[in-house]
Amino acid sequence: MGILKTFVLGGVHPEENKLSSNAPIEKLAIPKQAIVPLGQNLGAPSKPLVKRGDEVKVGQLLAEAGGFISTNIHSPVSGKVLKIDNVIDGTGYKRPGIVINVEGDEWIDEIDRTEDLKTEIKLDGKAIIEKIKTAGLVGMGGATFPTYVKLMPPPGKTAEYLIINGVECEPYLTSDHRLMLEKGPEILVGTQILMKALNVKKAIIGIENNKPDAIKHMQELVKSFEGITVQALKVQYPQGGEKQLIKATVNREVPSAKLPIEVGCVVQNVGTAFSVYEAVQKNKPLIDRVVTVTGKAVKKPSNFLVRIGTPIQQLIDAAEGLPENTGKIIGGGPMMGKALTTTDVPVVKGSSGILLMKKEESQRKVESPCIRCSKCTYVCPMGLEPFLLSKASKLGKYEIAETEKIMDCIECGSCQYTCPASIPLLDYLRLGKNKVGAIMRNRGRN
Amino acid sequence: MDNVIIIAVAALGGLGLIAAVILYFIAKKFKVYEDPKIDEVEEALPAANCGGCGFPGCRAFAEATTTSAKKNKNLEGLNCPVGGNDVMQTVGSILGLEVEAADPLIAVIRCNGTFKNTPAKVKYEGATSCAFAHALYGGEGGCQFGCLGLGDCVDACDFDAIHMDPETGLPVVNDKCTACGACVIACPRDIIELRKKGPKDKKIFVSCVNKEKGGPAKKNCAVACIGCGKCDKVCKFDAITINSFLAYIDFEKCTLCRKCVEVCPTEAIWEVNFKPRKPKPVVEKVIPKPVVEKTTVIEKVEASPAPDKETKE
Repeated sequence: MGILKTFVLGGVHPEENKLSSNAPIEKLAIPKQAIVPLGQNLGAPSKPLVKRGDEVKVGQLLAEAGGFISTNIHSPVSGKVLKIDNVIDGTGYKRPGIVINVEGDEWIDEIDRTEDLKTEIKLDGKAIIEKIKTAGLVGMGGATFPTYVKLMPPPGKTAEYLIINGVECEPYLTSDHRLMLEKGPEILVGTQILMKALNVKKAIIGIENNKPDAIKHMQELVKSFEGITVQALKVQYPQGGEKQLIKATVNREVPSAKLPIEVGCVVQNVGTAFSVYEAVQKNKPLIDRVVTVTGKAVKKPSNFLVRIGTPIQQLIDAAEGLPENTGKIIGGGPMMGKALTTTDVPVVKGSSGILLMKKEESQRKVESPCIRCSKCTYVCPMGLEPFLLSKASKLGKYEIAETEKIMDCIECGSCQYTCPASIPLLDYLRLGKNKVGAIMRNRGRN
Repeated sequence: MDNVIIIAVAALGGLGLIAAVILYFIAKKFKVYEDPKIDEVEEALPAANCGGCGFPGCRAFAEATTTSAKKNKNLEGLNCPVGGNDVMQTVGSILGLEVEAADPLIAVIRCNGTFKNTPAKVKYEGATSCAFAHALYGGEGGCQFGCLGLGDCVDACDFDAIHMDPETGLPVVNDKCTACGACVIACPRDIIELRKKGPKDKKIFVSCVNKEKGGPAKKNCAVACIGCGKCDKVCKFDAITINSFLAYIDFEKCTLCRKCVEVCPTEAIWEVNFKPRKPKPVVEKVIPKPVVEKTTVIEKVEASPAPDKETKE
């Protein structure tokens, strides 16, 4: 195999803990009540189209896009709309959502529910993008950026490579891994659809070396697909970040504050590629996704195929309950995920996993003064100086934070993970990013 | 040897003299006229440089007052909250103007989400910064409007006027408050408000900023304003407005009659620095009795559903 590729700058290698990598994807029962938040994507929330008391079917449009960077939301269940009200989300804030009381499981007729693989792509590029837009697809890796926006390069820019992200660099999570093993052909057809939409000839699937079975499986499968190659990568967090993955696979560097299209690349997650296949070939909008439920104390670490809107309590129950000494429930992976305040929150388009952490693991260490070891600078994959940026944002020196490129931070958390003084670097970086972002937006307005 | 010393002194003295002459003419030529009153006003100001007046420091405020006095012959919209009326009167006398006495203000914490009233459901372990916690999650007690208790306001205060009470987890304002407004800006949840100090520090205000409907608000906090509107009905002075299930008392209109405090079902309206009430309500309760004497059954029926309604509203 030779020396494995990876990105050059920074990075860490946390304990992998992929406990659920051997658990096949299970279909979870439909919930009794589905909660569908209206803000499920990066950008503007969607506008509801249904009223209280309306009968809805699976796949019916519930809410339409509320702007350019926004998506449609389709009903994941069939039943009656109970209310459109503020529902609690993972952070404890209440945001608008649609609550549906489930009755039966009636699907709209357009959706092809058969399992057979459809390889023939009938639509042309424009029609594909339109289809992806109406199906409400977002980046399934967690950032939930509307997929169709990425497929429309700004004028003057053309894509050369499509990079499919099968890295799954977050510890614990295995949803993409299982998807590659079980739905490989579908992902590859989805990749071909994306290639057609973008009009690119080359696609690379990047997979980290801790998933040898997935690499082998995909390498076997790509032989019958033209233009797609599989690239094994050295395990390194945060390789799943767009910019890091581009550096690792095609050795190009995305300039500061620019998008990957600048260097002719478009990155999509394997989960997104699978959803693209379903949306284009089977007419199925984004109504379900694979979610990993895992943790060291969890009795049965699993991967579930669940409908959007299922309360995570149901997922935890399916994984044989909440372990007794659970300290934190985290939505997402341990590095970038956020602690949830309640188990009533629903699965949304961007939920890739639920991590139940033991009390001992979840406790933060006591912060001590910075010893200027510069470990954070060494591991930062964006080449920033986290100690300086966090201090600047703590003291409100947002001008310094801006000139030191705080907006380039990808919030991967490597700095905080590696800090021997346990300083909450990322907390302050996020705060600074918020403030600097607001300042920059204001400046643009004036 | 003597010669050398004389030459050195003469040379340096000569140089100094020439430089002095040049500097004198330069100073004459490029002289910038500055109103001597600016210095006088600055002298009179408290030199806190807090920015409470809206200007970057006392010097800028002195400049603003002097130009305003020259141009508009008044000091409208200019007030030094730290110095208060005394300082403003002195400034007025320096500038030869009459200054109307402005009501002194004080910072008021509009949240009563103590550990007891809003029991913690989750534990926060992140950075000790309200601004960050606000961006991240709803709060330990579940109220997404209430005080986070991490002390951004305490850090912002230059006057040592605001402190965290370890028993309640809420900030407390003391007499040192100058109403500079630094804490108001620092609070990410807009809990702190500058209100009229009132006669003898008497104040009435709604100690809640929860904009949720009654039920959800009450679920998280025992003393939340549920927006029932009872205070609005009882207020004769039109001082209370209710917006998105939250009452607000306009301190310009409020006459401190305390009627709203009596009717509030959740004790969200606070009266501060009032004398304890006389046992008046006993007399009030006697009055309706003879009216209801007609039929005792109706009285019971009317009496029992009433409290239910209150809570549901």
